[in-house]
Amino acid sequence: MARHVVAKVDELDTGKSKLVKVAGRDIALFNVKGEFFAIANRCPHEGADLCRGQMVGLAESDEPGQYRMTRHGELVRCPWHGWEFDIRTGKSWCDPARTRVKSFDVSVSKGGALTEGPYQAETFPVSIDEDYVVVEI
Amino acid sequence: MSEAQTLERPVEAKAKYNLIDCDIHPSMKSPAEIHPYLSQRWRDHLATYGGHTRQGLSETLSHPRMVPEVSRVDSWPPAGGPPGSDLPFLREQHLDGLGIDLGVLVPLRFNASGQRHPDLAVALATAINDWQIGKFLEPEPRLRGSIIATQEDPASAVAEINRRASDKRFLQILLPPRSIEPLGKRRHWPIFEAAVSHNLPISMHVGGVGGHQATGAGWPSYYIEEHHSQVQTMEAVIASLIFEGVFEQFPQLKLSFVEGGFSWVPAYGWRMDKAWAAMRDEVPHVKRQPSEYLRENIWFTTQPMEEPNPAKNLADTLRWIGTDRLMFSTDYPHWDFDDPRYAFKVPLTADEKAAIFAGNAVNFYGLN
Repeated sequence: MARHVVAKVDELDTGKSKLVKVAGRDIALFNVKGEFFAIANRCPHEGADLCRGQMVGLAESDEPGQYRMTRHGELVRCPWHGWEFDIRTGKSWCDPARTRVKSFDVSVSKGGALTEGPYQAETFPVSIDEDYVVVEI
Repeated sequence: MSEAQTLERPVEAKAKYNLIDCDIHPSMKSPAEIHPYLSQRWRDHLATYGGHTRQGLSETLSHPRMVPEVSRVDSWPPAGGPPGSDLPFLREQHLDGLGIDLGVLVPLRFNASGQRHPDLAVALATAINDWQIGKFLEPEPRLRGSIIATQEDPASAVAEINRRASDKRFLQILLPPRSIEPLGKRRHWPIFEAAVSHNLPISMHVGGVGGHQATGAGWPSYYIEEHHSQVQTMEAVIASLIFEGVFEQFPQLKLSFVEGGFSWVPAYGWRMDKAWAAMRDEVPHVKRQPSEYLRENIWFTTQPMEEPNPAKNLADTLRWIGTDRLMFSTDYPHWDFDDPRYAFKVPLTADEKAAIFAGNAVNFYGLN
């Protein structure tokens, strides 16, 4: 396991997503209301880029004619066939047991805290005063 | 083995086509893109009166779709315009991106066959055919066109087919399955006669506006519900062609059914055969089992791929239909696009794959 600095916090606004490459893997990074999450970018169905998907809420209903929208922006909808994945867990909404994408641990650290320890920040320079998104793989 | 032996070994010629996509939707940056291909008279007409198809809210789709422009979220060209409207991006993302050797355009815009104004319908059909040439076929030799013909006006359709037939950039005639009357009716037979005389296949892509409800049970409430009604329409068209005797009259006629699924085909054949055994004397002009015409005159495209669980069960269905009758298609840039690398989760032999990805289309379109 290594921790990889993948982005500056201020380069990914709430409700936005971004493709990052870490240790040869394509990872979709999401900002959900200020929290960062990372899942494998490739949809297990036909391979579309999940980082291009719309971040949506969860539409539910207890009976016909009643609607409930919750968890705004916490699911990503595949840009091709619309499969919904929970950004927090990588699980598909329709088939959570069998259809899921790998989810990675994400944290935010000050640049100053990243200058020491087992961090990988090959792709861009880290400055002490700024906040960074760190993915663990 | 010596070098000489290696050199003398017969080398199989590399197939000219390894991947043929039978369903690509071209579009326009704006509706005005058709103007250079219309006379002033029809430009004025569109500006003043617009087009009117046989449905309520005639400038809308027949039902709201799942995503804007019915398209993949990642298919909007960076240079602007709707998906399918930018040739450089279509090349980069689709033709080069997937290694497509030949792609067949299926233009849906303006719905010429569904226009109520008969002369506007003809003008639009001709204009869309010229637009395909000007925008796509001339600059990109990997793309081929579909002849748009006005199904509800067979005489004009035949004139348009005759005009285009010598242009080998057009591979097929495109007709909508939803029409005023089912396709097999005798008034449409001049179209079949023209198709056979020019050795052009006919393609039926889902859609069309005949003014009827989408299902025999009435209007559906939801897109997901309406989506399945395409199968009923395809079945109705096939029954019409077979029982009207079209394939007895035109045994050389070839049709493809595009985007209507295919797993229903074997069961439909069994059911028609059973009915034919009992009621054959109502249609004595239908001399063979209905499934024989289905097997010999009709092809199906694969997208949207059927996905049973487990996926391997699909192999039986594919072989019942005939792996020589299925042709790969993507539906690019529409949202239910299939990727040739991942859509086939069913185990097939190398020969079956080669046939579905290219060989069957080569036969269907007469490319060899």
